[in-house]
Amino acid sequence: MKSIEELNKIRQEALAKMNLRTDEERIRIVVGMATCGISAGARPVLTAFLEEVSKRKLENVVVSQTGCIGLCKLEPIVEVYEPGKEKVTYIEMTPEKARRVVAQHIVNGNVVNEYTIGSYKSE
Amino acid sequence: MNLYRAHVLVCGGTGCHSSNSDKIKEKMEDRIKEKGLENEVKVVMTGCFGLCESGPNVVVYPEGVFYSHVKLSDVDEIVDEHLLKGRVVKRLLFKEAVEENIIKSVNEVDFYKKQTRVALRNCGIIDPENIEEYIAYDGYQALARALTEMTRDEVIQLVKDSGLRGRGGAGFPTGLKWDFTKKASGDKKYVVCNADEGDPGAFMDRSILEGDPHSVLEAMTIAGYAVGSDQGYIYIRAEYPIAVKRLQIAINQAREYGLLGENILNSGFNFDIELRLGAGAFVCGEETALIESIEGKRGMPRNKPPFPANEGLWGKPTLINNVETYANIPVIFQRGVDWFRSIGTEKSPGTKVFALGGKIENTGLVEIPMGTTLRDIIYGIGGGIPKGKDFKAVQTGGPSGGCIPKEYLDTPVDYESLTKLGSIMGSGGMIVMDEDNCMVDIARFFLDFTVDESCGKCTACRIGTRRMLEILEKITSGKGEPGDIEKLEELANNIKDSALCGLGQTAPNPVVSTLKYFRDEYEAHVYEKRCPSGHCRRLVTFVIREDLCKGCGLCKRNCPNDAITGEVREAHVIDPEKCIKCGTCIEKCPFGAIEKR
Ligand SMILES: Cc1cc2nc3c(=O)[nH]c(=O)nc-3n(C[C@H](O)[C@H](O)[C@H](O)COP(=O)(O)O)c2cc1C
Ligand code: SF4
Ligand code: SF4
Ligand code: SF4
Ligand code: FES
Ligand code: FES
Repeated sequence: MKSIEELNKIRQEALAKMNLRTDEERIRIVVGMATCGISAGARPVLTAFLEEVSKRKLENVVVSQTGCIGLCKLEPIVEVYEPGKEKVTYIEMTPEKARRVVAQHIVNGNVVNEYTIGSYKSE
Repeated sequence: MNLYRAHVLVCGGTGCHSSNSDKIKEKMEDRIKEKGLENEVKVVMTGCFGLCESGPNVVVYPEGVFYSHVKLSDVDEIVDEHLLKGRVVKRLLFKEAVEENIIKSVNEVDFYKKQTRVALRNCGIIDPENIEEYIAYDGYQALARALTEMTRDEVIQLVKDSGLRGRGGAGFPTGLKWDFTKKASGDKKYVVCNADEGDPGAFMDRSILEGDPHSVLEAMTIAGYAVGSDQGYIYIRAEYPIAVKRLQIAINQAREYGLLGENILNSGFNFDIELRLGAGAFVCGEETALIESIEGKRGMPRNKPPFPANEGLWGKPTLINNVETYANIPVIFQRGVDWFRSIGTEKSPGTKVFALGGKIENTGLVEIPMGTTLRDIIYGIGGGIPKGKDFKAVQTGGPSGGCIPKEYLDTPVDYESLTKLGSIMGSGGMIVMDEDNCMVDIARFFLDFTVDESCGKCTACRIGTRRMLEILEKITSGKGEPGDIEKLEELANNIKDSALCGLGQTAPNPVVSTLKYFRDEYEAHVYEKRCPSGHCRRLVTFVIREDLCKGCGLCKRNCPNDAITGEVREAHVIDPEKCIKCGTCIEKCPFGAIEKR
């Protein structure tokens, strides 16, 4: 390495990989991964979120998982927490839906209403 | 680029390593693979988290879940429950990480929340064997700035302005030392890092080197640029194998990345660093003895002046700083002088790392702003004295320091305040003592250490400390005579005035300070043949209180020397001739009927 530009490039790339290890407020995408979630196909959903977030280099987003959310029949369930906003709960998720949630909700800030638990009830 | 959703940080400091944290890491990785999580969860081995007592420690991010006392057999459960299903394994959480059923993240635990991590900023957070993780957290930015934007004088001025003082013990202003070395005439100059760390119980420097070796390399390179040197040495004891290994890896990586070697960052500046292993003699931490040792001679102190800044290694101007001093440098450049001075006190800016030990709930490594009171450290971070015992004193500065009694618990920790109380800041050992500790015996312990470690070059230290130790041994074994205390004082004064190096000059401190605050304990030993704390076995007698003894016979059955007699349901008695003062009977008596007098 011979220049500060190179140093900064390494820094940027390495930092993106370590982004998880802080306490700062970020958008959290939480996938329900208890037994029912896993059997309902939560793992591919989780993987899809990870791929999408990583592909788009979204630095302020963490994808994590949680235990049973308590609504087994609507699994896979995904909750999105944004600092200062109300939690959004998506139900019956698939990898395709996950990609759309990232594009529409996480990147552009528009909740994908048709996948949310609210729209399920009103049906 | 592969983005992980969770990072598992396994502590790889000396403490956790000795309880197999490396195997835990391996097993964790295997299990993660078995479960098909290897592209989602990353396992990283870091340096010391500071709570070695509760190790092996593991932290899982992004949640910051803090597991302690993790065993190899717990690994599968952590992977299957937490990493796969997202259910925290509550039984493995660090004891203070659960409060009223709410799980706190690692940074919310009192032990960490009350600390300010500057020198330890990366310890337990980054992988010390991966230079990119250091770079990610702004590593080598300070060096880049110094080399490309600042003159040598500007670098020195910045260090001066920061008010940083040496963390190796004496608290000498670092910027001033750099300036002396820069101004010293000579074509060849050296930069040395003192990583000898000989105080019993101290492991601050070891933890920095194990957890964040690049911060020291970066700082030494900046120092080399400032003083005009192209060669650095790190003098480290061979008993620190993990630190040595990580330093060597770090040096190799820095060379590979062009951050050590020739023409660093295209600036025309050359600098390289080599390790020198020491045999672990305490006196080799003294800077002139350290220089002799690097030169391949026996580690004995030289006369000062000349100071190393003018005539050091091979007679050339040499800058010597402590590990922790260096670790502060890069972050001062990154965050600025004003930020640094906003931490700590006017005369002692910044933080200090202490190895908290002895009779304290949370033993471990803590970093606090200067000016924090002893009480905050011991009760706030340390969690107080175990078993509801009374605090008696705190020892700072190791064999060169002194004991501070209860009355001064509200003293702010800074160089001047501790010196005023007859102790010193020292390199960061902090040992807490409770009512069961005998202060005469503590003084004896430290003197015993210095007598062993004295290099023998001057008589005052070689013979004088031995004489003091003999008197202390006499007193603690009940053979003290009138005049002994006065003799100790006289010897202390003589040694202080005539010893050649800091080891001898400060060796009497533990005696002087305990005499100052606990003279009554010395007097009880000498004149009443009594040890008030009941610690000095030869001065206590074990007695059964007739009024409390129920005659259960438990003590009698457990006494290893058949010293107890008595009939069932009648008061028992101890034969003082036979009693070997093992203490078993006190532990066994269900009625608290046995006392030490
Ligand atoms: C007996 C003795 C032992 C010492 N041991 C150490 C040590 O282990 N580490 C250290 O950094 N300084 C030690 N010092 C202090 C060094 O002589 C020197 O002052 C220090 O390394 C300077 O660095 P600083 O200004 O960054 O503190 C010791 C001093 C004496 C008298
Ligand atoms: S004071 Fe002690 S350790 Fe120091 S030079 Fe003299 S004999 Fe050696
Ligand atoms: S202290 Fe030990 S030796 Fe003495 S009486 Fe008790 S058990 Fe026996
Ligand atoms: S154990 Fe206690 S109560 Fe029992 S015989 Fe001994 S002194 Fe008495
Ligand atoms: S070595 Fe693991 S916490 Fe210190
Ligand atoms: S010599 Fe220890 S308390 Fe007495």
